[in-house]
Amino acid sequence: MPPPAKQPNVRVVTLTIDGRDLSAREDETIIEVCRENQIPIPSLCYLEGLSVWGACRLCLVELAGQGRLLAACSTRVTEGMQIQTNTEKLQRYRRTIVELLFAERNHVCSVCVSNGHCELQYMAQKCGVDHVRVPYRQASYPVDSSHEMFRLDHDRCILCTRCVRVCDEIEGAHTWDVMGRGTECRVITDMAQPWGESDTCTSCGKCVQVCPTGALVKQGTSVGEMVKDQHFLPILARRRHAQ
Amino acid sequence: MNLDDLADLAEQYRAIDANVEREVRVCMAASCQSSGAAPVLDALVAGLGESQPACKVKGVGCMGLCSAGPLVSIAHRDGSLEESTIYRDVTADDAADIIASLDGPPVERLRCPTDQPFFARQQKIVLENAGIIDPDSFKGYVAVGGYSALIRALSEMTPADVLREVTDSGLRGRGGGGYPTGLKWSTVAKMPATQKYVICNADEGDPGAFMDRAILESDPHRVIEGMAIAAYAIGANKAYVYVRAEYPLAVERLQTAIRKAKRSGFLGNKIGDTQFSLEVEIRLGAGAFVCGEETALMASIEGLRGQPRPRPPYPAESGLWGYPTLINNVETFANIAPIVREGGEWFASIGTERSKGTKVFALAGTITNTGLIEVPMGTSLRDIIEVIGGGIPGGKAFKAVQTGGPSGGCIPAQHLDIAVDYDSLKTLGTMMGSGGMIVMDETSSMVDVARYFMEFCMTESCGKCVPCRTGTQQMHSILDRLAKSQASRAELALLEELCEVVQATSLCGLGQTAPNPVLSTMRYFRDEYEAKLGDA
Ligand SMILES: Cc1cc2nc3c(=O)[nH]c(=O)nc-3n(C[C@H](O)[C@H](O)[C@H](O)COP(=O)(O)O)c2cc1C
Ligand code: SF4
Ligand code: SF4
Ligand code: SF4
Ligand code: FES
Repeated sequence: MPPPAKQPNVRVVTLTIDGRDLSAREDETIIEVCRENQIPIPSLCYLEGLSVWGACRLCLVELAGQGRLLAACSTRVTEGMQIQTNTEKLQRYRRTIVELLFAERNHVCSVCVSNGHCELQYMAQKCGVDHVRVPYRQASYPVDSSHEMFRLDHDRCILCTRCVRVCDEIEGAHTWDVMGRGTECRVITDMAQPWGESDTCTSCGKCVQVCPTGALVKQGTSVGEMVKDQHFLPILARRRHAQ
Repeated sequence: MNLDDLADLAEQYRAIDANVEREVRVCMAASCQSSGAAPVLDALVAGLGESQPACKVKGVGCMGLCSAGPLVSIAHRDGSLEESTIYRDVTADDAADIIASLDGPPVERLRCPTDQPFFARQQKIVLENAGIIDPDSFKGYVAVGGYSALIRALSEMTPADVLREVTDSGLRGRGGGGYPTGLKWSTVAKMPATQKYVICNADEGDPGAFMDRAILESDPHRVIEGMAIAAYAIGANKAYVYVRAEYPLAVERLQTAIRKAKRSGFLGNKIGDTQFSLEVEIRLGAGAFVCGEETALMASIEGLRGQPRPRPPYPAESGLWGYPTLINNVETFANIAPIVREGGEWFASIGTERSKGTKVFALAGTITNTGLIEVPMGTSLRDIIEVIGGGIPGGKAFKAVQTGGPSGGCIPAQHLDIAVDYDSLKTLGTMMGSGGMIVMDETSSMVDVARYFMEFCMTESCGKCVPCRTGTQQMHSILDRLAKSQASRAELALLEELCEVVQATSLCGLGQTAPNPVLSTMRYFRDEYEAKLGDA
C-alpha cells in the first residue's frame, strides 16, 4: 500500500508540541513534525518511507482537552493542537509496553548478533526499562536458516511488520505476511514455507535492513558486523512513488 | 410503484389467506430448531393435511421465550390473527392433541400463559413481526406493510427528508457504541464521492448475544428495507451484509430475502420505478470477533487480513476501497422502516432522554426465562431480570448481571433499580454493548467471570498491537493464577496496572475495552479478589 498521495495545495497549521510553537503542513503526521524538529518520539513499527502501521503504540502522545491518547505516527496535525510527548504517564505506559515485548518472546541480548545495534534494546534503554516485571512466556520458536544469505529467528521478532511492508511496498515481492492471531501471530514467507524455498524472494535483503531487532540477520555475521542500514528507504520510497 | 400500488399488492397478498381462520405458528428460529421444532412442524402439517383449509400451519421466527422451545402459537382471525395461545416444550407427539383442540379449549398441559410479564411487559418495534410472519415469505412481509417505508421514502421524500426523520428519531447505533445514527448518516451523505457503500454489520461475536441472529432469522426483509432506505439517504448504490458463517440459517434466509426482493423490484435497478438502484451482497465472515470492528470488517470484505487500522479516517470519510461508507448494526437497520413509517417524533417519544426507542436484549445465564426480549430504553434492570426474566431459578440469590460482553462489566444487586440506557450503564463501569445480558447467581465466582472474558479477548486479539496482543495474555495468566489461589498481592497490583495500560494504549476497541470485565468486577467484588490471594 503506497502512502496517501499528497495534495498539491495544502495549508499550513500552527501547533505546540511540548510547549514549543511549531508550524506544519496539514497533511503531515505528528511524528513527522516531531522528527523534523528533533523532538524525540519512541517508535518501533514506524519507519519513514513505509506505510503507517500504528501497532507498537510507543509513539502515543497526549492532546490537551482529550482523554484518549493519540498515536503520533497515524494522526495528522490540525490547527491549534497542543501536544505533550513525554509526560510521566506516557513514560510509564511506554516502559510497560517495552516490558511486554521483552516478555513475549525469548529476547536474550547477550546471545544475539544484533546486540548493540537493536532498536528494541535501545528503546528499553531510552524508556528506562532496567528489569521486566511481567513473567517471560518462555515459548520457544524455531529458527529458519534455510535462506542461503539470511536467517529468521522468531524469538527476536516483535511483529512490527516492517519486513512485510518493505518487501511489499518497496521491493514489490510480497514474500512476507503474518499468520495466526494474538500471541500466536508470526511472520511467514510465502505460504508459510521455509524462506529458502520461497519463489518470490529476490534476496534483495531489504527486509533484513529494516528489521529493528535480531529477528532478521545476515548469515555468518558477527555481533560487530550486524549493523543495519536504513537510509536507503526514504530515497527509494520517494523514487518509487514519484513514478 | 407508488404507495397505493403497494397497498393494493399487500391487499392482494392478504386475500390469499382471507379464508384462513386460524394459524398454527411453529417457531423455526435456530434455538427452537435445535430443540426439535422441525419434527413438530412436520407433524402438524401431516396431521392437518388438506382437511382443514381454514387452518394454516406455518414456520415463523423467534417468539422470544427460547428456554421453553419448541414454541407453537395459535392465532385466531377474530383477534386479527393475534396470538391467543402459546404452547411450550412441544414435541411431535403433541401435534395430535393440538390439532384436536383447535375448535375447543386449549391443551392445558402445554400452555404457556401469555399474560405473564415475559410477554405482557415487552414493547415490540424491531421484533414486531418476529414469531408472526414466515421469514421466507416475501408476500407475508408485504402483507403486514413491508416495504411501504422504502416506497414512501423513494416516492414522497428527498434524501434530506429521510435524514431529518432519522435524526429526529434520536436513534443511536445498536452495535455497541451508541453513536447517533442520524449524525452518521448525514456525515456520509455530505461526503462528495462518486461511489459510496452501505454495510450491515451482522458479525455478532459477543459471547451470550444472539439478537442480530434472531432478527435476521425472523424478519430478514426488514433489515434489507432499512439498508435500502439508508442507501437512498446517503447516495449509495451498493451494499454488503457481513454475516458470520456460523449463522447458516440467518444467511440462508437473508439470501432468500435478497433474491425475492430483487425479483419483485425492491432491490436491483430502478427500485419502485425511480432512479434509485441498489445491489445487496452477502459477505461471510469466518468468525473472528475482531471482524466486528468496523475497519477490520472492511478489510475483511476487501479480501485482506481482518485487522483494524487507526481511526481517523473514519469509514464515513474513507471506508471500503477508500470510498465513504456507512456501517450500521442489524438492529439499527431494523429500526429504520418503523421510523420512516411512523415518523421520527413517534420514535423519540419512546425511551429515555438520551436513549430513544426500544432495545432487544438476549437474556442468558441463571435466569428463569432465557431468550429474546424487547423493552423500551429506560426499563429498570430489576424489571428485566426479576419481572420479565422471572428471576433466579432454584431459590438462589441474584449476584450480578454481565452486560456488554467482553467490552462490558458486571452490575451487582445494589444497582438493580437503574434505568437501562447507554449512559446509565456507562456510569456503572459497564456498557450496553449489543444487548447480551448474562445473569449470575450467588454461586458464581467473579474472578472466574473476569478470567473467562480475558481468555476470550486473549484468543480473539488480532495480534496487531503490542498492548492488546501480549497484555491480555499476561492479564489472563494472572487471573488464572488468582483463580487457583496462587497469585500474590504484587501480581494483583500488576494486573491493575496492565488494565490501565491496555485500556489506554490499544489500537482498537477490542483491546481498549478488554480490561472492563476485570475493572468492573474489581470495583464491586474486590473482596473476592482479596480472598483469592495466595499470600493472603
Ligand atoms: C472488537 C469489536 C467487535 C465488534 N463487533 C460488532 C458486532 O459484532 N456487530 C456490530 O454491529 N458492531 C460491532 N462492533 C461495533 C462496530 O465496530 C460498529 O461500531 C458498529 O457496527 C456501528 O454500527 P451502529 O452505529 O449501528 O452501532 C464491534 C466493535 C469492536 C471494537
Ligand atoms: S530479501 Fe527482499 S524479497 Fe526477500 S523477503 Fe526480504 S525484502 Fe522480500
Ligand atoms: S522479522 Fe523483524 S521486521 Fe519483521 S516483523 Fe519481526 S521484528 Fe519486525
Ligand atoms: S487492540 Fe487487539 S484486536 Fe485491536 S488491533 Fe490491537 S491487537 Fe488487534
Ligand atoms: S510508531 Fe506509532 S504505533 Fe508504532
